Amino acid sequence: MTDIPIAPAAPAAPLRRLGRFAANPLGIVAASVLALIVLASVCAPFFAPYDPNLIVLAETLQPPSATHPLGTDASGRDVLSRILWGGQVSLKAGSIMIATAIAVGVPTGLIAGYFARTFDGVASWVSNLLMSLPEILILIVVITSLGSGLAPTMITLGILASPDLFRLTRSVVINVREELYIDAAKVSGLSDTRIIFRHIVSVILGPLLVRCSFVFGLAIIVQSGLEFLGFGDPTRPSWGGMLSSAFQTIYRAPELVFAPGMAIGVSVMSLVILGAAIADSLGAERAPTARRRSTGTRRSTGTPAPGAGPGTPQEGTPQEGTPQEGTPQEGTLTTDVGQTPADALLRVENLRVTYRGEDGTSNAVVEGATLHVHRGEVLGLVGESGSGKSQTSFGILGLLPPEATLSAARITLGGESLLGRSERELQRFRGGRMAYVPQEPMSNLDPSFTIGSQLIKPMRHQLGASRAEATTRAHELLDRVGIPDPVLTMASYPHQLSGGMAQRVLIAGAVSCDPELLIADEPTTALDVTVQAEVLNLLRELQRERNMGMILVTHNFGVVADICDRVAVMQNGVIVEQRPVLELFADPHHAYTRMLLASTLENAPPRSRHGVRREVDS
Amino acid sequence: MVRFIARRLVAGVLLAFVVVTGMFFFLHLTGTDPARGALGLYATEDQVAIKSAQLGLDRPVIEQYLDWLGHAVTGDLGTSSAQSSPVIDLLVTRLPVTVSLALGAIIVAATFGVVLGVLAAVNPGRFDRALQIVMVIGFALPNFWVAIIFAIVFAVGLRWFPATGYVHLLDSPVGWLLSITLPVAALALGSIAAIAQQLRNSVINVYSQDYVRTLRSRGLPPRTILLTHVLRNASPPALTMLSLQFIAAMSGAAIIERVFGLQGIGSVAINASGNSDIQVIMGVLLFTVLLVVLVNLIVDILYGALNPKVRAA
Repeated sequence: MTDIPIAPAAPAAPLRRLGRFAANPLGIVAASVLALIVLASVCAPFFAPYDPNLIVLAETLQPPSATHPLGTDASGRDVLSRILWGGQVSLKAGSIMIATAIAVGVPTGLIAGYFARTFDGVASWVSNLLMSLPEILILIVVITSLGSGLAPTMITLGILASPDLFRLTRSVVINVREELYIDAAKVSGLSDTRIIFRHIVSVILGPLLVRCSFVFGLAIIVQSGLEFLGFGDPTRPSWGGMLSSAFQTIYRAPELVFAPGMAIGVSVMSLVILGAAIADSLGAERAPTARRRSTGTRRSTGTPAPGAGPGTPQEGTPQEGTPQEGTPQEGTLTTDVGQTPADALLRVENLRVTYRGEDGTSNAVVEGATLHVHRGEVLGLVGESGSGKSQTSFGILGLLPPEATLSAARITLGGESLLGRSERELQRFRGGRMAYVPQEPMSNLDPSFTIGSQLIKPMRHQLGASRAEATTRAHELLDRVGIPDPVLTMASYPHQLSGGMAQRVLIAGAVSCDPELLIADEPTTALDVTVQAEVLNLLRELQRERNMGMILVTHNFGVVADICDRVAVMQNGVIVEQRPVLELFADPHHAYTRMLLASTLENAPPRSRHGVRREVDS
Repeated sequence: MVRFIARRLVAGVLLAFVVVTGMFFFLHLTGTDPARGALGLYATEDQVAIKSAQLGLDRPVIEQYLDWLGHAVTGDLGTSSAQSSPVIDLLVTRLPVTVSLALGAIIVAATFGVVLGVLAAVNPGRFDRALQIVMVIGFALPNFWVAIIFAIVFAVGLRWFPATGYVHLLDSPVGWLLSITLPVAALALGSIAAIAQQLRNSVINVYSQDYVRTLRSRGLPPRTILLTHVLRNASPPALTMLSLQFIAAMSGAAIIERVFGLQGIGSVAINASGNSDIQVIMGVLLFTVLLVVLVNLIVDILYGALNPKVRAA
């Protein structure tokens, strides 16, 4: 089983959790059903209508009636009473199994995760071994020596299930150990034990409850399986035993199979649903990805399914000029809905990007951006992180995640509108006419494919090149971007490259299909300082060589001074100033621009933008 | 890659060795008495003692173990104490039944699990939600109960399939297929749910990776991105799940055999357990563990083929 990523929760807020849980109707139903089953089993001696083992030979295989609500079995025993009593066996079985699994899995997981070293290796090996064992066969071995009592079988099963809890505990502990607040606690002088108790145990409680609900369900299923095979105490009513005897009369009274099967199914289902509901109410405090998964909330895959029609969520307005749903009213804008020159390569007018939260709130990250880029021109898009620069870029490229809504009065590339296009139509633009250079090179290359295949495929699709043509071209491109050994690099996997090399590969990929517009999203931020200047130079050279329009997203005015022709300054989703670079440096109009300039230029005064600057600050 | 496979193979053999050794000593040291088991409750102590000597049970356990192990590596698994026939003969006739069920179930589960998991991941909304519910139900209903229901509906009621019995593949391929359809379907249901769920989660996870966005920015068609890049990166965890499901299917087959009156390894083990027939139990265990090791090895090789980092390591 893969380790489920578990982000440690912030210090608990039990009341909020309880509230969230109460808001989940399915969880409430499951909890109630479960409570009812437990109550009915525990109280079976008091209100079961008959002795579950009372054999009445005159009343065998009776259909349901007022005296026997669920009928009688082949020995004339009352089915309802046996179901009620049978729950006790399942409850005991589950309790023994859970207690064992916790007693074995949690402490070992704590030790392995916290102190690691040799113990971790050994324990992980044993846990893998236990997970490779077919449980029924091991149970048969145990039964051969120790008999088929509940204790030996369920303890064995608990041990076999303990790797699950071991792995969970171990991964939670490792996560928590890496959290800063543990370090803080160490500094403040708490002992190791206190640290374990104060932090790790409180964090693990939630996920542990969730797993236990599954383990309990498994106990009920396997225990009834054993009873069905005849490993059980025939004098003790159990759901599995009932199935076994119902199976004997399958031709005469097949309906007898129904009640015990439902009892098992409903119990396990309630447990699983309850577990999921607990996970949801706890998960809301966790990493958003984990939460999205567990709740199954609408998270469409960035790319729509193959064959999905047009009208994909991320592509703006059906008709130009009509803002899409949820767009705030026009009048509240802090900047003008500006105009862009008709001859510009890229024209973006009043671009808005809004994210819908899961609680229905919407969060506008870009609020009416207007910008343009001419052929052969470099536009710097500057602002602090979170100001909406990247979102603007993704909006233009049509690569926003599905939870984002985009609208704009105009987005055109070379006179053709990008708005209201289907994914299939946008494909024509992406790569071939507009391309993207990402920020973090390593995470932007598919780890499972060679560099060569990642370069060749787009050229074959966009340019219709043959494999041989595309390969030659890829070699030339890698050579052009300064990769020393293109042939070797083509056969390499991303993890074999350095960050600088990977970024060169990505730049080669971006320009491989001769785009007119290149959008580079902080292309040097993730690189070593020594490599940054080289990569910037490469971008500028390529841009001039190919007369591309380029948007360079950056927070660095040094970079802007070096290669940009014009600058757009972005603050809180709004472009506050947009002017030729020398003008802006000489006379910044907006207070925010002045502030940004002041903070950047303190340690790096701008030189002539035509001079080659090798060092790049920050 | 060769070194990678060799290492996994050694690890697998070591695992089988540890399990078999552990179980051998567990059975002998907890007072399991094959002589008594073979002769029944009414045999006298003297008779049991004679039988014990015949079976070599009066020797030290370590000697018995080395003897068993020495023969086992040559393929001689000893003689059943209850039936006086070679264990290997018993296994060779019974094993195909169980393996047919488990392998059949895993192939069916992989096929449907992958399709449903991918569909759920790329069709968020009702389809995904419906599938989640089906998955919970698939986990919650014990597969032997589903098997009984299938038997009642499709074998007893509709008479589409035989209710009991196993037909050998070589005797009649169609008969074989019909005889394993219901048990395989019952076994596969839970595994389909588990595999689909796992794949759905990992496909969704891969879709949120940066490189998928970059691939899209290069103008690759969504179908190419899904079927090559996303699926390949999403498959390792699903493969792990597949090998776990095979182990579960071996267990499940042992129970489901009973529903359809199939004489597989499960019924052998259950009878052997009743007779304290250690030799047979050890034989079943060894075969099953080796089968699990083999399947894990295949999964590891696939894993390595899919993940260049693993291969290089």
